[in-house]
Amino acid sequence: MSTSAGRLTRRLAFVGLLGVRGRRGAQEHADARLGLLMAAPAMLTILLIAVIPLAQTIQDSLFQISLKFENAPRPFVGLDNYRALLSDDSWFNALRVTGLVTLASVAAELVLGMIIALLINRSFRGRGIVRASVLVPWALTTVVAAKMWAWIYDGRYGVANDLLMRLHLIDQPIIFLVKPEVTIWAMIGAEIWKTTPFMALLLLAGLQLIPNELYEATALDGASRWQAFWRVTLPLMKPTILVALLFRTIDAVRMFDLPRVLTNGGPGKSTETVVLYTYNTFFTSLNFGYGSTLAVATFLIVVFVSFIYIKVLGAPTQGARR
Amino acid sequence: MTAPANTVSVRALPTAALSRRTRWTKLFEGVGFYVFVVAFVIFCLAPFTWTLLTSLKSPATIFEVPIRYLPNPPDLVNYFGIFALDRFRWALVNSALVASAATAISLIIGSLCAYAIARLNFPFKNLLLALVLAIAMFPGIAIIGPLFRQFNAWGLTNNYLALILPNVTFTLPICIWVLTAFFSELPAELEESARVDGCTRLQAFYKITVPLAAPGVFTAAILLFIQAWNEFLFARTFMSQPERLTATVAIAQFEGADFAAQYPWGQITAASIVITLPLVVLVLLFQRRIISGLTAGAVKG
Repeated sequence: MSTSAGRLTRRLAFVGLLGVRGRRGAQEHADARLGLLMAAPAMLTILLIAVIPLAQTIQDSLFQISLKFENAPRPFVGLDNYRALLSDDSWFNALRVTGLVTLASVAAELVLGMIIALLINRSFRGRGIVRASVLVPWALTTVVAAKMWAWIYDGRYGVANDLLMRLHLIDQPIIFLVKPEVTIWAMIGAEIWKTTPFMALLLLAGLQLIPNELYEATALDGASRWQAFWRVTLPLMKPTILVALLFRTIDAVRMFDLPRVLTNGGPGKSTETVVLYTYNTFFTSLNFGYGSTLAVATFLIVVFVSFIYIKVLGAPTQGARR
Repeated sequence: MTAPANTVSVRALPTAALSRRTRWTKLFEGVGFYVFVVAFVIFCLAPFTWTLLTSLKSPATIFEVPIRYLPNPPDLVNYFGIFALDRFRWALVNSALVASAATAISLIIGSLCAYAIARLNFPFKNLLLALVLAIAMFPGIAIIGPLFRQFNAWGLTNNYLALILPNVTFTLPICIWVLTAFFSELPAELEESARVDGCTRLQAFYKITVPLAAPGVFTAAILLFIQAWNEFLFARTFMSQPERLTATVAIAQFEGADFAAQYPWGQITAASIVITLPLVVLVLLFQRRIISGLTAGAVKG
């Protein structure tokens, strides 16, 4: 990427302030116009389908809008919806569920993914098979994965109980999807299965960027493998780990497909995530005003989480970017 | 763990360390490693395999206690059952249509944008980069209300466009990241010589750059297609007519051909396999490309 001074000059040239009308200036002018033109369709799409609707959601969150009745009045209620949010037990429950699921699954994915990545970071026979099988849980439709796990967890005919009984780990079948404290962990288990491979893949890509010479040097200096991991691998992997964590955390916060299909938030509201609760407020209660408030809150959570990660990430990504 | 042994061996000179590691420890490590690899592969594939096995059982043998693991004899009755359902056939067609159209449009829009990012300096470039990153993390729920009402007002519900547009938007980030990485790796000299020969910049783009970046375009296409094929939130919201549902919605609401007392797990698992099959085939054929595309997108994001 060019220096900022160069960029500034070009930008000034673009707005015609510099008055450079030489060959170079004209070329840069043409480039800037062409660049804008080529980027325009993508920018317009994002503007029309994401930015403007987001503004509309924010506006809706200040109104009372019910779609239950065709011509119901839609009065402006100011911040009333937000006040209601602060005393909404269902919202805090959804927040707790989302927080627990996010923390537990992302932490497990990171540890498991790291172990897997470290172990398969070498060339061996059958690497292709491992790579392809890693991609299966990632590529699998989440809705389909949810159905698969619902069948595996089935209380009577489920293979999970059958295996655990055969291995004599339990003597009574576990009813996975009926007791709240069991169900949420069953859901977290399915989420970990679906996303750990992807985590391992990203971490593996990061590991492969670390030159082997570094490990040889630390070994000559008398460091153990354990020390090498903490002193060499982890610091060098920090940007990769943070980027992977960022995307996985955001995905977990946005979780909808899995709880919707596996448990539909149940039993009770014990697995109702923030997005699922918001969705139900929109399309079951048909309450589009308060639903918009919940949607804005979800959006702010995502912004907050990514802001923290990007803050921590700071310098390293700036350097890594081309 | 083997920490103490390692400390000794790495402290010693490399040659001494080699002789210390006898054939037996090497063999032991090798076996341990492959035990781990096999366990990991089983972990990844077991749920899919179990679904496949279930789908090949006749309805009577699915609900047996204790479980019989292998379908004996294998039975395709579940597959015939689901393909006899209009809803399911429609769902496959709808998913294929929506995902292909979204992929194609996203590729066209995205490749233009990626080229501009990779090669040209233009105003608002940083704003654009920030927007693209924001879309990658954007929660779809934050826009679903207005989109639902707007599509209703425009009569777009149950119209393919109502799914294609959001899918294009949310596949754009990956498309732009993968293609920007590919375009910036291509030497700029080729285009420059084409322009010396009288091509305009746009001509150089689609006559020289796009064909050269074909592997990248193909990689992006696979990733976008998988993402669009798997989309659920919008598909569930904007489509309500049975003949307009996509595969993900159809399977989430699956009730089977006859409303028997048992939940139709045989047909559900069969439908799961059919819906997943295109993805598994793509993964098996193009694993290298997919991994390089994924990591390019994530590491450079």
